[in-house]
Amino acid sequence: MPAKKGLRIEGISKIYQDPKTKKDFYAVRDVTIDIEPGAFVTLLGPSGCGKTTMLRMIAGFESPDAGEIYLGGEAINALTPNKRDTAMVFQSYALFPHYNVFDNVAYGLRLRKNSKEEIRQKVMGILELVEMEGLEARMTNQLSGGQQQRVALARALVVEPSVLLFDEPLSNLDAKLRVTMRTEIRRIQQELGITAVYVTHDQAEAMSLSDQIIIMNQGVIAQMGTPREIYYHPESEFVADFIGEANFLDGKILSTHNDFCVMDIAGHQLTLPNPKGYPVGRDCRMVVRPEAVIINSEGGLPCRVTLSCFMGSYHNYHVLLGDMLVKITDDCPVNKHTFRVGDQAFLRFEDNCVHIL
Amino acid sequence: MSIHQARMLEHKKFLGDPLLLPIIILLLVFLALFILYPLSMLMSDSVYAPDSYSLYVVAEDAEAVQALYEGEKLQEMSVSRQRVMRVRDLEGLTVTDILGRAASTTYMADLLPAAFEGSLVAVQDHKPLLTLQAFPHIFSDYTFRRAFTNTLTLGLITGLGSTLVGLLFAYVDSYVRVRSRILKRMFDMVSLLPVVSPPFVLSLSMILLFGKGGLVTRTLLGIYDSDVYGLKGIAIVQTMTFFPVCYLMLKGLLKNIDPSMEEASRDMGASRWKVFTTVTLPLMLPGLGNAFLVTFIESVADFANPMLIGGSYDTLATTIYLRITGGSYDTQGAAAMAVVLLMLTVLLFLVQKYYLETKTAATLTGKASRMRMPITERSVTAPLTTLCLMISAFVILMYVAIPFGSLFKLWGRDYSLSLRWYEQLFRQDGIKAFRDSFVLSLIASPITAFLSMIISYLVVKKKFVGKGFIEFVSILAMAVPGTVLGVGYIRGFSGGVFRTGFLQGLYGTGTILVIVFVVRSLPVGTRSGISALRQIHPSIEESAYDLGAGSGKVFTSVTLPLIKESFFSGLVTTFVRSITAISAIILLVTPKYLLITTRINEFAEKGSYGIACAYATILIAIVYASILLMNLFIKYFGTSKQQREASKHAG
Repeated sequence: MPAKKGLRIEGISKIYQDPKTKKDFYAVRDVTIDIEPGAFVTLLGPSGCGKTTMLRMIAGFESPDAGEIYLGGEAINALTPNKRDTAMVFQSYALFPHYNVFDNVAYGLRLRKNSKEEIRQKVMGILELVEMEGLEARMTNQLSGGQQQRVALARALVVEPSVLLFDEPLSNLDAKLRVTMRTEIRRIQQELGITAVYVTHDQAEAMSLSDQIIIMNQGVIAQMGTPREIYYHPESEFVADFIGEANFLDGKILSTHNDFCVMDIAGHQLTLPNPKGYPVGRDCRMVVRPEAVIINSEGGLPCRVTLSCFMGSYHNYHVLLGDMLVKITDDCPVNKHTFRVGDQAFLRFEDNCVHIL
Repeated sequence: MSIHQARMLEHKKFLGDPLLLPIIILLLVFLALFILYPLSMLMSDSVYAPDSYSLYVVAEDAEAVQALYEGEKLQEMSVSRQRVMRVRDLEGLTVTDILGRAASTTYMADLLPAAFEGSLVAVQDHKPLLTLQAFPHIFSDYTFRRAFTNTLTLGLITGLGSTLVGLLFAYVDSYVRVRSRILKRMFDMVSLLPVVSPPFVLSLSMILLFGKGGLVTRTLLGIYDSDVYGLKGIAIVQTMTFFPVCYLMLKGLLKNIDPSMEEASRDMGASRWKVFTTVTLPLMLPGLGNAFLVTFIESVADFANPMLIGGSYDTLATTIYLRITGGSYDTQGAAAMAVVLLMLTVLLFLVQKYYLETKTAATLTGKASRMRMPITERSVTAPLTTLCLMISAFVILMYVAIPFGSLFKLWGRDYSLSLRWYEQLFRQDGIKAFRDSFVLSLIASPITAFLSMIISYLVVKKKFVGKGFIEFVSILAMAVPGTVLGVGYIRGFSGGVFRTGFLQGLYGTGTILVIVFVVRSLPVGTRSGISALRQIHPSIEESAYDLGAGSGKVFTSVTLPLIKESFFSGLVTTFVRSITAISAIILLVTPKYLLITTRINEFAEKGSYGIACAYATILIAIVYASILLMNLFIKYFGTSKQQREASKHAG
């Protein structure tokens, strides 16, 4: 295995021209990221946020309009993709249809002038790692989607790149296979300790795979952090809304003491942490996850049920708190009281779960 | 924030590639030198004479000189400084030789009384001359005006005829239930036969069957003064030759019409005829226009058929040819005519390519949702099938006539079988002709196939300055009639590039013939390569690039194997087109090389149909063998259908 290398992206911008309006716009704007050697970093965002452009700039298919990319401390802007120590797993797998599995995986090794025996050993080893041993003579069109995915992964891994790049590799698989494959990818990455950059728009993938998630929106980084940080402490409405389901509550600060404040929400008072030290009288927006809202018939903030829907593993409610809509997922509803549309109910929030933006 | 960094980096990466730049430069030079340069030489030739000439009237003796002085016509010759002198004073000047180079001055010949034709001499003045004389002259030239209207008339008739016949076959193929399997296969074969047949084969059989000594006209019907030459002959032959092109285009279109639209119309009470005129036809209108223009261009550019069967009906292509090879050596006039012909075809081509083609694509998008229920009513099927059958029988008859023509002792007189024409063929220069044609075409094929694949790869997959130019020029070459290209090469290379003597050695060699073959087939190969490459998902090549392959390696290890069918068909198409080519070649070939097509043309012109047929029969056999070979190759070594699907969306 080669020495692990970190990746530093410094002030990267990419400008494209809108084909219709002929106007230039930033696909990526002044993005700086530091990726530790061996880390698994996910670029997450809605389509058109610049995440794939970022990845293609790292691979060398696109050239940045500003900024520099460093791989293990070496500037690589001017290198063509074939000269860069990166390997990409494509969304479409991009397997060579005229080669069988073995030749597909051996492609990169042959370019590196490895000996025949060496190639054989490495290819068989990597096929074993992705659990594809015995299928090396198959043509790629005789493989299932998941198997093709494994071959694509093996082909990228076998050249022992410093950085592994993934471009939404699981988006063409069905839901169940996607879950299996993402655990596989994580396992192999951990086993090899390879640095990985992973692009996806699927937050479940991002959550389950990453050491670090970078959420991008309109070409800039919206937030960077561990999955936990991003889920529980979103820094913006966009991030809160994009990751998981979110309720937004509006309120006003009545009083503050130390790191806490008393918030007025729809005429009811609630004590919350105030890490940003907002002053008294300020209008604030808060975010709370639906599963952190508890609906009951005893006490809390009074509300009225507008939607009640049984979903199997949970029960889904929409309630009106003042004039604010609050979505609630009530887990394991089997032994609980079911509210009907029009019922009066009460809300409580789990501790430390209401977060001021 | 500077937007230039990306451009700079792209630049750096581009230059960092060891293969890309040299190849692109090589391509640019090739296209510029062998397509653009000769054409621009034509343009400049028609307005610019490098040397001006003074005109002299030469007569044998004093009395003739006197007669010239007194001749009324002489007074009209005020255009140039004329002087009358004795021929003795012009020692060492060959009259026709100098006349040939004197370009515009030869028009004066028209003004002289017939008795003195050929008594003009031009003497070089060594003063370059910018003159637009050539254009007004050819436009006032009766021969040209007639050729021009002839060409347009012919194009119109052929275009309409081919589109109609093509539509008929396409409609029967996709709409009408033809019960008989054999009939269906026959229609299919007939509509594809002429695509692969050498040019002028149909002209030859037309003469054999319907000419003065024709089998049908004279022997069967007893008509002794049948005249197959002229407009009707060319129009019929061209229609038969070009309708398959329309058929293939229209068939593709009809397949894309969603049958539910027609069913909706029928459901609301329309008759079959009403459905055809209100739904099918309007949907196809841009496509029909497209097919019409394509055949119009083909007809206008066609040289071989008008040459053989045109008789006195001269078209632009034949007139240009005669201007150059005939007595007058009027190269400037020929250049001006070639420019007119070129403008005509290029203009039509641009309309077809950039207007009609996009319009066709816009009206008929998407695929038919279901299979179409074929029409079974006898009132529709019977007349349409009969019509198709008649045309098919006619085409087959035409093709059968050729091998028989080579086997009969003397067509028109003695219909007993013999091999004398083949004997004669092999005793004379037959073997050399086949060898020359074969070798030259065989050299041109791989060059063209490889070149067109590289061009399409660069055009589809790469970004660089000059890409638009490469694509445009290599496709534009499709619109250049062979005759025009031939004249362009004569003007461009006979004195070396820009008449400097550079590359002069090229002229008259086999190399220039090979280059002509390459240029003539390049657009076809490039077009097929481009459409094949557009089917391949870019990420397949990107992944090879990403794994460490340079652009050359990506091309040879991934791109080329995926489009090998297109490559191979380019190989065979070039071979077939080259071995059957005549229009440009006939102007450039020197006695050093004998080519099958020019031999056929010679013999047919002389009336030696037997030996012409023998040549043509062997030629047809070669062409079919190569196409058979291609199909075999694609069947056994081609990318499988699944593989192709896989490369399309890759997963």
